[in-house]
Formats: sequence, C-alpha cells, structure tokens
Amino acid sequence: MKILVVDDERDIQTLFEQRFRKEIKEKALEFAFAFSGEEALVYLNQHEHEKVLILSDINMPGMSGLELLRHIKEIYHKPPPVVMMITAYGDAENFDTAKKYGADDFLTKPVDFNMLKEKFKQ
Amino acid sequence: MFKIIVDFFIPVQHDKSAEYQRRVRLLAYAIVVTMVFALFYVTTSWVAGYFTGLSIMMGSWICYLILLFLLKQGLNVFKVANIFGLIGIVSIYGSIYFSGGFESPVLPWLASTPIVLLLIAGKRSGYFWAIVAVLIVLTFGLMDYLGFQFPKAYDESKEYYFTLSCQTGLVLIIFFISIVFENLRVKAYNQVTQQKEALETTLSELKATQSQLIQAEKMASLGELTAGIAHEIQNPLNFVNNFSEVSIELLDEMKIDLDRGNTDDAKELANDVIQNLEKINHHGKRADAIVKGMLQHSRSSSGVKEPTNINALADEYLRLAYHGLRAKDKSFNATMKTDYDETIGNINIIPQDIGRVILNLITNAFYAVNEKKQQAPPPPEGGILNQRNNYEPTVIVSTKLIIPPSGGQRGAVQIVVADNGNGIPQKALDKIFQPFFTTKPTGEGTGLGLSMSYEIVTKGHGGELKVETKEGEGSVFTIVLPV
Repeated sequence: MKILVVDDERDIQTLFEQRFRKEIKEKALEFAFAFSGEEALVYLNQHEHEKVLILSDINMPGMSGLELLRHIKEIYHKPPPVVMMITAYGDAENFDTAKKYGADDFLTKPVDFNMLKEKFKQ
Repeated sequence: MFKIIVDFFIPVQHDKSAEYQRRVRLLAYAIVVTMVFALFYVTTSWVAGYFTGLSIMMGSWICYLILLFLLKQGLNVFKVANIFGLIGIVSIYGSIYFSGGFESPVLPWLASTPIVLLLIAGKRSGYFWAIVAVLIVLTFGLMDYLGFQFPKAYDESKEYYFTLSCQTGLVLIIFFISIVFENLRVKAYNQVTQQKEALETTLSELKATQSQLIQAEKMASLGELTAGIAHEIQNPLNFVNNFSEVSIELLDEMKIDLDRGNTDDAKELANDVIQNLEKINHHGKRADAIVKGMLQHSRSSSGVKEPTNINALADEYLRLAYHGLRAKDKSFNATMKTDYDETIGNINIIPQDIGRVILNLITNAFYAVNEKKQQAPPPPEGGILNQRNNYEPTVIVSTKLIIPPSGGQRGAVQIVVADNGNGIPQKALDKIFQPFFTTKPTGEGTGLGLSMSYEIVTKGHGGELKVETKEGEGSVFTIVLPV
C-alpha cells in the first residue's frame, strides 16, 4: 500500500522511515512525502489512478490540510483516496470541518504510531 | 456691602472666558470706587464753594451709573472701560479748567485715568489714555506759558482745604483701585494654582494608566501568540518524543544484531541512532528558543541593545503570529513570503522591543489580508480551488542591508513588512501612529501597537518607521534602523 505523508516539517520523513522501517523493508508499505499541500497535489497529479492513502497535517503554511482535503475529495474520484487528517489542536472545529470535507479518519498529535500501524493494516 | 453693589452690576456671562469675566468684575469695581470718590469730590467742591466742579462731578456720577447698567446689559467690557475713561478724563479736564487750569490741585487726577484703564482694559487702552492725559497736561502748560488766565471758580479762602482734599483723594483712589486689582490678581493666581495642581494630578494618573496600558498591550499580544507558541512547541516536542522512542527500538535491534555478530547492521543502526540524537538535540533547542523568545516578549524591556540576528527574530515572530492567528481562526490562511538578506549579520538592537514592533506589523498585515479575504465573495459550492477567487492573501517580510553611498560611515538595515490587504484610507493614515487610534472593533485593538512601535523605532533606536499604502492594494511598513 502506498502512503503519502503531507507535513511541512521535513524531519517527519526520517521519523516515518524509521518508525515503519520493518514494513518498508518487507515492502508492506510504501511511503511518499510532500512538504506542503501544493506539493501533495503535484504528487497526486503525477500518480493518478494509483491507490494512495493520504496522511496530512492540518496546520501548514500556504494551503492548509483542510483545503487539501477538500480539493482531493472534489477532484480525485477514481480510485477515491483514503485521507487521514492530523492536527496539533485536537479541537471539535477542525474535526467537524475535516469530517464535513470527507476525511476518512482524524488523528491528533502526538501521533500514536502503534495505533497508526493498526489502522494501516486495516 | 461694596461687594453686593458690584455683584449687582456684573452680568451673567457664562459663555465668556475667565479672563473676560475677571475684567468685567474689575471694571465694575473701578466704576463703583470712582463713584464713591466722585461723591467725596462733590462734597469737597461744595465745601470749597466750587459749584462748577460739583455740577461736573454730579453729571459724571450719573454717567457712571448709566455705564454700570450698560455693563449689566452685557455691553462689551472694553467699550464700557473706554467710555469710562472718556467720562473720567472729560470730567477731570472740566474740573481742572475751572479751578485754575495749570495750577489746579485737581491736575494730578489726570494720572488716575491711564492707570485705571491700563489695569482694566489692557496695555493698549493704557497707552492711549496716558497719551491723552499727557497731552492735556502739556496743553494746560502751554496755555499757562502763553499767559492764558484760567478761571478759579472756587472760594479762594478755601484753597488750602480744597488742595489738601484733592491730593488726599487722588492718593486714596489710586490705592483703592490697586487694592481691587491686587485682590482679583491673587484670586486669579490661586485659581491657576489650583488648576495646575489638578492638572498635575491628572497627568500623573494618566501616566500610570499609560504604563498599565503598555503592559496590557504586551500581555494582549502575548495572548495572541499563545496558541502559536503552543503549536510551535508541540511540533519539536513530538519529534523529541518520537525520535527518542524510535531510538530505543533501534538500540534494541542493535543489541540483537551484535549478539548475532551482524556488526555491519549494528553500525548502521548506531548511525541512525546518532542521527536521531542529533535531531532530538535540534528539536530540543528549537523548543528552548521558542520558550526563551516568549519569556523575552513578556518581560519588560531590558532597554539594553545587544547583537541580534534580525532575520531570525523576524522569522520567529512571523511564525508565531501566523500560528497564533491560525489557532484563533481556523479558516485563516495566508501565503508568507520571506526575503532575508543574509549579509546583515548581527545588529545592535533591543531584541524584545524590535521583536514587538515586527510582531505588531506582521499581526496587522495578517489582519489586513484576512479582512480583505473575508470581503471577497465566497467560493461557489463545489468550485475548483484555484479558481474560487483571484485573491491570494500574501504577507511578505524582507530585510535588507543598505550600504551607505561612498564616503558615508553608517549604513542601515531595512525591515519591510508588506501585505496585499485593503490598504489604509487616507483619513486614517495621518492618525495610525497616534496612541489609541484603532480601526478594529472595540475590544479587539488597544490602538497602542503602532504608536508604541513608532516610539521604539524612532526614540529607542534612532530609526524610522515609514508606511506606504494604496487603498485596495495593500500597505508596506518599513523599519529603517541605523547600524
């Protein structure tokens, strides 16, 4: 399964690569990284018709995670990507907006990687 | 008694200045005192058999009474004063003329008119009546020199008595008028002193309030920052936690590899752990810097200039302001562009103060673009993101080292905060640096941000804070700091 991680913090790449090193080694999971909403859209355009799970931060400069979500759900229909949102503020407003825009799941920072692994398995 | 009579003739004129009312009172006093002395003179004339003088004085007495009523009616005090002077000088002239002219004991009374008028109606009237009085004396002197025979209408056997009472009367009238003047002057002085004390109290209260407001403004901007700070600290802390956790896993794996003798794999894992520790260190420092910055912001300014990296300072506040606003308003978004001149190096500034100025300008810029964005028509439901509207809220922060033209010793650093918001209307532009001026809704802005920024830049750092704005297109604030 391919997972696109969208976050403005570059160290997130190292972190994910280490946290999921076993899965990556076993080729159970494949990761791609985008450091802004705009970059994520570029990636999605280049990899159309590929089944991708998107894991996006909400608070990013430029296009926010919520805007990215809205955009993805409006444009990319086939195959419909699964989008999980992550935010530093686990508040109701962001949660509601994310749900309204069609987010498939909602995580709050700090991310529990064991839980995330379970979710990926599903 | 005297006061009651005077008060009776003083008109009620609340619309006039205190100085005007003081002159009215003085004039009324002067006329009443003069009338008392006129009666004294009437008596003296009667005793001295000077019936011409008696008639003149009775006539002037009646004129004075009419004048008092005119004053009560609200006739201008300067007019009344000068009519009073005219009546006075004419009646004195008549009395002198008919009582021996140049040798008349009444002659020195001419002095009273300019003195009284000077005190009541001011210098110009004083000069005028002094010249008139001197001219009359000179005329009498000339007439006497030319051998003119003045009539002596009084009983010459009473000449000693007449002279004595005239001279005494003159001394007394000048003294009384002076007393009246002195009393009113003291009263006015006391009033001014009281007002001065009241003003001083108000001023010190205002100063206290101002310093409280400055502190409140600081706290308010800290409040705006809190959410941004929380976000900024949360991220590095997450990395610290995650990288340390993952390092434990890596080290566990490394132990297994070492047990199995896979030294190459173990070395690779060790390198990963080293890398992670570096990252932990990096993110720890990041959180540390944010907390330090926050403390620095809330602390009162040290007032000490220290070498500061202006680019780092500007960037820190840009991020804090952005995340602060984002936390408050989820829909808020803006493009931040930065252009830092890396050749600036460290410059000597008071970091807390300049930080506050930058924060203020950036917060204002974000506020401006957000306002404009909210005014823009809402995106059509289901519309495509890039086409939903043409407005892209943008805030640009840039720094630049200005190298002085050849020969100049001192350069400057320019910090520019530009936005593409609504701009500042011309009528507000003149006031933006004034304390308490704000266009934000009540309770949202203290109106102190820009005025304090201006003080900090100009007075605190000898720099300049300039603004260029175009309505509907945006504003550019430029801080110029000499280095």
